[in-house]
Amino acid sequence: MGVISDFLKGLGVTGGTMLRTITGREMVTTQYPKERRHKPQRFHGRHVLNRYPDGMEKCIGCELCAGACPADCIYVRGMDNDPHDPVSPGERYGYVYEINMLRCIFCGLCVEACPTEAITMTHLFEFSTTNREDAIYTRKELLMDAEGNVPHMFPDDPLIDTDELLTADGWVRATAPAGSASYEGVQMWQPTPGPASWDPEPSQDEIDARSEPSDG
Amino acid sequence: MTWAEAGIIVLRVVLVFALLLGATIINVWAERKVVADMQSRIGPSRAGPWGILQTVADGLKLFFKESVTPRKAELGTFLLAPFLAVLPAFLIFMMVPFGAPFTIGGEEVILQGADLNIGLLFILAMSSMAVYAVVLAGWSSGSKYPLLGGVRATAQAISYEAAMGLAMVAVVMFTATQGDGGTLSLAEIVARQDGTWAGFIPRWNLFPQIVAFVIFMIAIVAETNRAPFDLVEAEQEIVGGFHTEYSGMRFAMFFLAEYVNIFSMSAIAATLFLGGWNGPTWEGTLPAFVSAILPTIWFLAKTYLVVFVFFWLRATLPRLRYDQLMSLGWKRLIPAALTWIVVSSVAMGVRQFGLPWS
Repeated sequence: MGVISDFLKGLGVTGGTMLRTITGREMVTTQYPKERRHKPQRFHGRHVLNRYPDGMEKCIGCELCAGACPADCIYVRGMDNDPHDPVSPGERYGYVYEINMLRCIFCGLCVEACPTEAITMTHLFEFSTTNREDAIYTRKELLMDAEGNVPHMFPDDPLIDTDELLTADGWVRATAPAGSASYEGVQMWQPTPGPASWDPEPSQDEIDARSEPSDG
Repeated sequence: MTWAEAGIIVLRVVLVFALLLGATIINVWAERKVVADMQSRIGPSRAGPWGILQTVADGLKLFFKESVTPRKAELGTFLLAPFLAVLPAFLIFMMVPFGAPFTIGGEEVILQGADLNIGLLFILAMSSMAVYAVVLAGWSSGSKYPLLGGVRATAQAISYEAAMGLAMVAVVMFTATQGDGGTLSLAEIVARQDGTWAGFIPRWNLFPQIVAFVIFMIAIVAETNRAPFDLVEAEQEIVGGFHTEYSGMRFAMFFLAEYVNIFSMSAIAATLFLGGWNGPTWEGTLPAFVSAILPTIWFLAKTYLVVFVFFWLRATLPRLRYDQLMSLGWKRLIPAALTWIVVSSVAMGVRQFGLPWS
């Protein structure tokens, strides 16, 4: 009787799964705030506006990110640098920089568009707010300070992991500025005087080997 | 009737009521936990240790919610239906003996709501009553999906009631050969399953009546409107079926009735086929109170075994189509039950009177 053997086979599947779950060999649930899943290197999280090692802002107020944004969520206004006290190494700097996180689709096109690698994405994804104004991130929230620390809107939130804010999007590092993977192994372009302050870009294989896949 | 006797009756009823409510709290939680395990999930884990207070939390929430009444509802029937669902569910369990009788202060206490000599008929009558609740709830809601659920309930319940009754007939006939004359009292049916065959096989009706057991199991799953026979409340097809328009405490009563029904029906399956509260008590070697409480533990263990099968089926099988449900009921189960009655009565006759030509 095909029906009965199929019926017993189905009971076997559920029963077997139950035994595996009870003995702890199989479980798809992650107890989220307590345990966190490993995020892939190229995770698209919250944006951050970077600075050069000497403390200069990387953003030159060119508005290419705003132009590239498919969701129209970025608003930038540039302003001329004061020649005696420049904010960025270029002619202009991002005087107003706002990202509406309610509109952002985290596609990363702004990161690709940026000629100076001023905007990158971090691994932080917990930034729910209770009112719409808080969801519009400005320079105050986006720009990292001179020591390289990234501000968080709710620094007292027990859920936040500030290390995530310092983990940049690896894909961008591997391909920027020309958007080509042939830049692997080449030292990044750095428009400041002196030698580059960081290591050459690793290849994707090296990145994969470095990030330990903790949850498969 | 003395005051002591009246007190014992009240005590028994309260005991049954408390047992059923407690069992429901455990059952709802256990079902969610078992189904979660079968899907590699965790299930309720927040309220209390292992989430065991989840049902209490849900119940409290439902208690404080508004009970909405649709404008087109037939108010009288609409309000009556939830009570009509709960009442038979509790009354069915009144017939089930859930422990060995014991003597306290010279009075014998039977652990059973009431020992009717027509216990099985009463059970059949009450489980038919439960259908009225579903049908009336569906009809009086004044809404199309509940009506569809109610209409489905009528045909489904009648079909599977017949198979359930016929499976019970086979058991009653077999029980009659096990003692002095036939009986419909569940206490007597349990008493006749005491002991063993050949020293090690328990004298449960399960072994000689295995076909009746399978038919009975299928029928009670359909009778309690559980997956895979939950066409009455099929939420993917007809929203919530008969309880679509019910909310708050009125919905909670349907919910309670469903889980009490599962427990009652499982208890009846355990009583009729798995020997009820029979089991080794090791009297003399164990402390007296442990021996006194062991039959109840055996009964609960057997009942929960059947309840677990309910959960297991729900986690495994997809819902039947309506014509499949009908053809399984009328073309498979009822002929199988009738054939089994003939086969087992011939076998019992041969055992009792010998072959007709010898």
